[in-house]
Amino acid sequence: MKSHSRLLAITKKEVRQLRRDRLTFGMIVGIPVIQMLLFGFAINMDVRNLRTAVADQANTHLSREFITKLRETQVVDIVEYVDTPSELNERLRIGAVSVGVVIPADFDRRVIDPARPAIHLLVDGSDPTIANIAIQLRNMPIAFDTGARQTRVNNIEVRPNYNPERRTPVNVIPGLMGIILTLTMMMFTAVAIVRERERGNLELLINTPVSSAELMIGKVIPYIVIGMIQLALILFVGDALFQVPMRGSVVDLYLASGAFIAANLALGLVISTVARTQFQAMQMTFFVLMPSILLSGFVFPFDGMPRFAQYLGEILPVTHFIRLTRGIMLRDAALAELYPELIALGIFTVIAMTMAALRFTKRLD
Amino acid sequence: MTSHFAIEARGLSKHFGDLKAVSGLDLDVPRGEIYGFLGPNGSGKSTTIRMLCGLLTPTEGTATVLDTVVPGDARRLKPKIGYMTQKFSLFGDMTVTENLQFIAEIYSYDRSGRTARISELLEKYDLIAQARQLAGTMSGGQKQRLALACSVLHHPELLLLDEPTSAVDPQSRRDFWANLFRLAEAGTTIMVSTHYMDEAERCHRLAILDRGVKVADGTPRELQSSTGMHIIEVTADDPYHAQEALDHGKHIASVTQLGVRLRVLISETVSDPLAVVENLLGSHGVKADVHQTAASLEDVFVAVTMPPEERAA
Repeated sequence: MKSHSRLLAITKKEVRQLRRDRLTFGMIVGIPVIQMLLFGFAINMDVRNLRTAVADQANTHLSREFITKLRETQVVDIVEYVDTPSELNERLRIGAVSVGVVIPADFDRRVIDPARPAIHLLVDGSDPTIANIAIQLRNMPIAFDTGARQTRVNNIEVRPNYNPERRTPVNVIPGLMGIILTLTMMMFTAVAIVRERERGNLELLINTPVSSAELMIGKVIPYIVIGMIQLALILFVGDALFQVPMRGSVVDLYLASGAFIAANLALGLVISTVARTQFQAMQMTFFVLMPSILLSGFVFPFDGMPRFAQYLGEILPVTHFIRLTRGIMLRDAALAELYPELIALGIFTVIAMTMAALRFTKRLD
Repeated sequence: MTSHFAIEARGLSKHFGDLKAVSGLDLDVPRGEIYGFLGPNGSGKSTTIRMLCGLLTPTEGTATVLDTVVPGDARRLKPKIGYMTQKFSLFGDMTVTENLQFIAEIYSYDRSGRTARISELLEKYDLIAQARQLAGTMSGGQKQRLALACSVLHHPELLLLDEPTSAVDPQSRRDFWANLFRLAEAGTTIMVSTHYMDEAERCHRLAILDRGVKVADGTPRELQSSTGMHIIEVTADDPYHAQEALDHGKHIASVTQLGVRLRVLISETVSDPLAVVENLLGSHGVKADVHQTAASLEDVFVAVTMPPEERAA
């Protein structure tokens, strides 16, 4: 009973201070909204309008028809014509174009000869996405209404389930939810505790009857609520601006988020026991945030990563959360079907909490 | 069993790596007294206080505070002690009243008496006008009064104050000490560290610390009468030359200038200290009035913290 009221006292104090801290308060709302606007509108993984230059050395009826078809795909945007392949290389090297198309002088004969490639594509391989897309161009059927024999190309039709229109925000926002919560939850908790250490409040607090557990849990409760508010905000903006579907159950999503927020708060607590200054706490947050963005499957497909990177990714809570959100929101999966991810988050939380509790003593030495 | 002493420490030591912050400290602090801890910065005052309230684990030795062994039973001790940190450690972004309310909640202060206790403290510590002010925006003296009010809110038996007056003006210091005497009269044991001589003089009893070692303890009077030194006061028109004449003279342990006067310490083993001083001044042609006087606490401090070879000079 007494302990209950002490815990409440800590929570009340935290909320009171939070209300007066305009910047942090603003970040609670600002970070999710701004990041969603940025990522939602700016990240576009279905590539269109690649700047392209063409060296048409054949300049025949057939080659001109080919260029027209190429333009019709909308994947490339032909911005200039040059005379020789070496000029194309030059344009690529200085970055004026991303794709160069060479149509050899004997194009008409090559088209009907399956042994020899009819077209050369020069691609700016320094950008992996462009390289991938351009490789797909290779499968473009070259059908001509000339008397020549139809060229048969086995092109595989891909039907993207769950996101048939291939809109990037649909893929990005469920993942972005994880990144935003990682950033804010971990940073707020770590900073909130380190700030008290820096200002000397902690020396006063540990001299009172308040226990380590009361102190930690009491401080963390307001941030759980904040996390839930942020989640609602993300779902709202995702639906209103990007029409991100919510096919599964909202309750499932909130339960999954609860597990994920707990994992991040635990990690924040661990950071707070290591960092001596708020600046160090921020640096450590970003140390976790970078792999969370790169290795979680948020940006790059998880299956495509090297084995070692996958192991690292499995350690990060956000990897499991992104699988949960994509499953629930896009594939209408039930939480029970995704239980391995929940177990992973649970194990992470327990380990991190134990570490934090062991490191946080009510002593100064 | 209740001990006559609020604090009993035996051989208390704290080492940080190679640094011996406190070594072999014995302390007996009687209940209901104001016990001073006098020493320069870095002499181990804060470290000792932190060990006594269980914040630091002693490297060696034991301490019993209010019949509780620390740091082992520190949890049981917390509700009975009040601690005022050297640096202001309340919440600057909360008002005076909010800070007091928070402390009352943390100490589970009786809910029905809470409001009355807070108003009582606001009045006693002259904070009524600041009740709704954010603590961070107050002056040094006001912050210090708030810190004291917070540390005594739960009626502690023992109050540990770590250099409480280092950031306030002389008037605030006087008022602060008036508050301490009032608390001591009501039965609170107070341990206060300071580097001000005038504050040390107000304590019932004090210990002098030097580089982590207790070099003297007792009542101020006891300390003043047992320096082992003759105190000679020299009043000269030209104190600078008088000091030059005396500085490295035979038998002179130390010379300190106070305005136009010099205080000269000479070991008690010297039978005629006045003659020693007069001869030294005379041989340098300095005219001065020389007479023997009683030791002040400052003389005690100088005497007990000087290296042994200078003592015997």
